[in-house]
Amino acid sequence: MNLARKDIRYNFGRFTLATVGVGMLLMVVMGMGGIYRGIIEDATLLIDRVGADLWIVQRNTRGPFAEVSRVPTNLVHRALAVPGVNAAREFVYHTIQREQNGKALRISVLGLSWPTDKGEWLPLSAGRPLAQNHYEMIADETLKLALGEKIKLGKEIYTVVGTTKNMISSSGDGIAFFTVADAQAIQFDTPGESTRLERAARYGRGERSDLGSNQPSLLENAEKSSAELPTLPLPQISAVMVTISPAADLDQVAKIISGWGDVSVYTSDGQRELLLKGTVEKVRRQIGLFRMLLTIIAAIIMGLILYTMTLDKIHSIALLKLIGAPNYVILGLIMQQALILGALGLIVAYSVGSKVFPMFPRRVILAQSDLIQLALIVLGISVAASFLGIWKALKVSPNEALS
Amino acid sequence: MNNLSSPQYVIETEAITKIYGSGNTEVVAMRDASMQVEPGKVVALLGPSGSGKSTFLTAVGLINPPTSGRIIIQGKAILDGDNALVNLRSFRRQHIGFVFQKSNLIPFLSAIENVQVAMEINGVSPSAARTRAHELLDYLGVGDRANNSPSMLSGGQQQRVAVARALANHPSVILADEPTAALDSHRGRQVMELFAQVAHEQGAGVIVVTHDHRSLDVFDILYEMEDGILEKKTRETIA
Ligand SMILES: Nc1ncnc2c1ncn2[C@@H]1O[C@H](COP(=O)(O)OP(=O)(O)O)[C@@H](O)[C@H]1O
Ligand SMILES: [Mg+2]
Repeated sequence: MNLARKDIRYNFGRFTLATVGVGMLLMVVMGMGGIYRGIIEDATLLIDRVGADLWIVQRNTRGPFAEVSRVPTNLVHRALAVPGVNAAREFVYHTIQREQNGKALRISVLGLSWPTDKGEWLPLSAGRPLAQNHYEMIADETLKLALGEKIKLGKEIYTVVGTTKNMISSSGDGIAFFTVADAQAIQFDTPGESTRLERAARYGRGERSDLGSNQPSLLENAEKSSAELPTLPLPQISAVMVTISPAADLDQVAKIISGWGDVSVYTSDGQRELLLKGTVEKVRRQIGLFRMLLTIIAAIIMGLILYTMTLDKIHSIALLKLIGAPNYVILGLIMQQALILGALGLIVAYSVGSKVFPMFPRRVILAQSDLIQLALIVLGISVAASFLGIWKALKVSPNEALS
Repeated sequence: MNNLSSPQYVIETEAITKIYGSGNTEVVAMRDASMQVEPGKVVALLGPSGSGKSTFLTAVGLINPPTSGRIIIQGKAILDGDNALVNLRSFRRQHIGFVFQKSNLIPFLSAIENVQVAMEINGVSPSAARTRAHELLDYLGVGDRANNSPSMLSGGQQQRVAVARALANHPSVILADEPTAALDSHRGRQVMELFAQVAHEQGAGVIVVTHDHRSLDVFDILYEMEDGILEKKTRETIA
């Protein structure tokens, strides 16, 4: 006869309430772990999905994710010339915040190097990759932009032609994919008036200089778009992504490029590490500490629940001792209830959590290894929590059954 | 189980004294109480309230050790003062059956489970325990209530379940503290007769604290406790 189960059935309502309470608490512990997983996954997801072997960034920066990096566009061609390099793509990446229907809409803008990269590698949940080099975008579902929806960014209107699932920047904002040219247009958007003023000023400077009077064609150029001015620096990109040919040696290629004075080179693993060490490290520690506190609180609460459950049946325990029940029977009664409480709590935590977590604004990932770890922790705190009750039960005298 | 060699007395107390508290609050509840019970004998323990009957009974039951004196069960010294010479709990579950004034059932177990658990903690298989529990409850007239929880039974029914539990392990010592208080006189007498029958058939020693002078004919030996002093009586010397 299992005394633990009989007692639980007898006190069913109260035990259920206790289980739900413990379950909710464990759900929060589980959620903390899941949020941490989500942050790591989100942070490194882009790096993993893009599938570049090497990242060339501005010298001595930890860009383009951990900090700002600026490299010239022609770096793509320089990289392509390195033996062993299979492909090089521009990487343009920045975050903007706009108003959309009265709410702040944060978009991480990522440029795809048209026409080599139309976004075929993206995990599209609907729609299609980019089909023209302007005015189209692929938006992550978290941006809540519907297929076919038009949105004005800078001076142009862009149409959502595809949506992705779980393409999120390390800060948790949904990513939208444009061609590099569009991404730059959005980034370097200046109001028409300031462009006109800049061109007038440029013209004025030209007229006043000898250079302007000697070369009238220069003045003609002054009124053109700055992108078309050969003498002015080109708009810059964040980084260059390199994929190497299968036969080439990654370290060898990285060594050659890192010899250049104006850039630094990272492998994908290096990039991932930069992100995890920098941006994510503090969040990780914060969540880790919080999770530890919650675990301790859960243990204390479970201990109190088991203690009061033991106090409630202390008369029965004294009676069991009186009729000669050995200690292991009493110990088993309390310990089994602790384990049942822990196990059911865990089940409640998981089943409620997997319904609730998807509604969170950021991803909560319940990794199997985390769940196993949590199960072991719960096992530990169940055993620890039962100690107080067991101590009380072993102390009670059989005489108390008679009072 | 009665597996010890048959001694002269199944219960023997040698001048047991119980002092509760100390200093100003000291209460001598029982002084130099000596009793011998031969196998198969049923003892009535009489006496006014507060005279020390329960103190004596719980001492013999090994749950309230005396301050001094020896308790010998089936020829084996068990307690010397409050000094245990065997594992008291395992001795209790094998050799002693209790029935107390207040019905003492486990509330989260059904009637039959309350009987069953006493046997299961003594190593009886659940199915064998269940069969015997059923027989005992039937015999005591509460078989139809086997699956009810104690709170759904009347005081008398609860007491009969407690009697069934006390008899479950074929104890060699049965101790009952005013077991019939909650029973009508017919049921009360039936329980007394059951104790006598178990004593005679199994050679158990039985001590029953009772106020019911009408059933005294069931008993083989009479003792009376007064102000902590135990005295053997005959039917003639009982007031
Ligand atoms: N745990 C205890 N602590 C102190 N005094 C007690 C305790 N139990 C019983 N007594 C005292 O011992 C005396 C005998 O009590 P008890 O054995 O219960 O008598 P009875 O069962 O004959 O009514 C009483 O005076 C009672 O107050
Ligand atoms: Mg009494």
